[in-house]
Amino acid sequence: MGKANLRRRTAACALAAAAMLLAGCSQQWGWYVVNPATPSGRSNLNFLIGGLQHTVLLSLTAISISIVVGLAMALPGLAPSRLLRGINRTFVELVRAVPILVLILWVYYGMPQIMNVSINVFWAGVIALALSDSAFEAEIFRAGIQSIDKGQYEAAHSVSLSYRDTMWFVILPQAIRRILPALGNQLVYMLKMSSLVSVIGMQELTRKANELVVTEYRPLEIYTVLVLEYLVLILLVSACVRWLERRLQADQGS
Amino acid sequence: MNRIGNGREAMIRVDGVSTWFGEFQALKDVSLSVGAGERVVVCGPSGSGKSTLIRCINGLERHQQGEIRVDGELLTGSRRSIDAVRPKIGMVFQQFNLFPHLTVLDNLTLGPIRSKGMTRKDARSLAMRFLERVRIPEQAGKFPRHLSGGQQQRVAIARSLCMEPKIMLFDEPTSALDPEMINEVLEVITELAESGMTMICVTHEMGFARRVADTMVFMDHGEVVEEAKPDKFFTNPESRRCVEFLNKILHH
Repeated sequence: MGKANLRRRTAACALAAAAMLLAGCSQQWGWYVVNPATPSGRSNLNFLIGGLQHTVLLSLTAISISIVVGLAMALPGLAPSRLLRGINRTFVELVRAVPILVLILWVYYGMPQIMNVSINVFWAGVIALALSDSAFEAEIFRAGIQSIDKGQYEAAHSVSLSYRDTMWFVILPQAIRRILPALGNQLVYMLKMSSLVSVIGMQELTRKANELVVTEYRPLEIYTVLVLEYLVLILLVSACVRWLERRLQADQGS
Repeated sequence: MNRIGNGREAMIRVDGVSTWFGEFQALKDVSLSVGAGERVVVCGPSGSGKSTLIRCINGLERHQQGEIRVDGELLTGSRRSIDAVRPKIGMVFQQFNLFPHLTVLDNLTLGPIRSKGMTRKDARSLAMRFLERVRIPEQAGKFPRHLSGGQQQRVAIARSLCMEPKIMLFDEPTSALDPEMINEVLEVITELAESGMTMICVTHEMGFARRVADTMVFMDHGEVVEEAKPDKFFTNPESRRCVEFLNKILHH
């Protein structure tokens, strides 16, 4: 079922790409700009793909941090203490209310002034994306942890596990299996939002495309390539997440 | 009421305990004393406070009034007192509560490794010993969902025993089981009872109760209504509520 679906979807994508390439035969398109058969087309393609590593590295670093921060912010949200729950709520509501683009600008241009440090575009991007995403991760983790039956806590209690061990060995492994699809969503979202970091000059996929458009005046073809770059990247990520889901289900003996 | 079982030293001493869930009073001035090696069976209608009582004893619920001592240790609401008491007590739940993401063997070894600091190797051999005792060593590598209800409950019993507790609490251990699996679980509990383990078992299995119990306790509306030797309890109970309850569950 999953496999057939994937095959169908891949076929649809290939068709769409082929349709666009065919359309390129008409006057409006000028595929020469990224034609791999010509040296200049090849060098343009290389230039565009050169942003890939930055997009991937930025997104993966940011999501790793946001998962850790998100989990750390989710736990107080589950505490009986009203103060701790208040900290969780305040964090989530505040961070969630700031648009990512605004956060990127604020971290890159604003933060160096108050903290008296210089910050490079990569880390500014990582901080902004991770911070913004961590509020969502916190909510996802909270929901996942809350979905675990309280009998699991009681069983852990009865074999004398500490709070840390209960979370680490009993609750989180089960919660993470349940929230994996949601975490996969966030990773995809992060890959897409990383394009916003282009505004502060980060040399990722979108920035590369913008720069090439300025020199080649071929926005249609170049942005089409950009769309395809994101498409391929994200379909790959989705496939990985689904594979991981199946792996973890197999671990539970299903 | 405050009697010491068989004249032995009290392993569990519950003294005038009351507890409330919001407005509802789940336990009303309950006193109970369980001696070392004594087997107590608690019965009563649902909502009578049986589960709450044993959950208070291992710190899963807090009691608001009265005193609970386990093996001399006073159980207050504090983390420290709960940590002192819970290693002494094994608990078996109605819904088994096995860890679904771990194999049977890992279910058994998690507690000994993490909370008793046992090595993986020692924990494994300990676990296998108890799996043999509950007669399912061949299931060690399986996940809980591949086991029948009766097997899962026996794994849960073995998991508790791996912590080498002084006391075992059973909270309706056969209520969630299909009828044909009840006996295999009761047999394991009976064997455990014969080995001299101190235990409190909440159950409606009266045949089993009659065989293993040293003391029968009947609870209703959060109170201990009757406490007696099984002979007297089943043939000549004192309270009317107890007679009514026994009539209901013995003749249907």
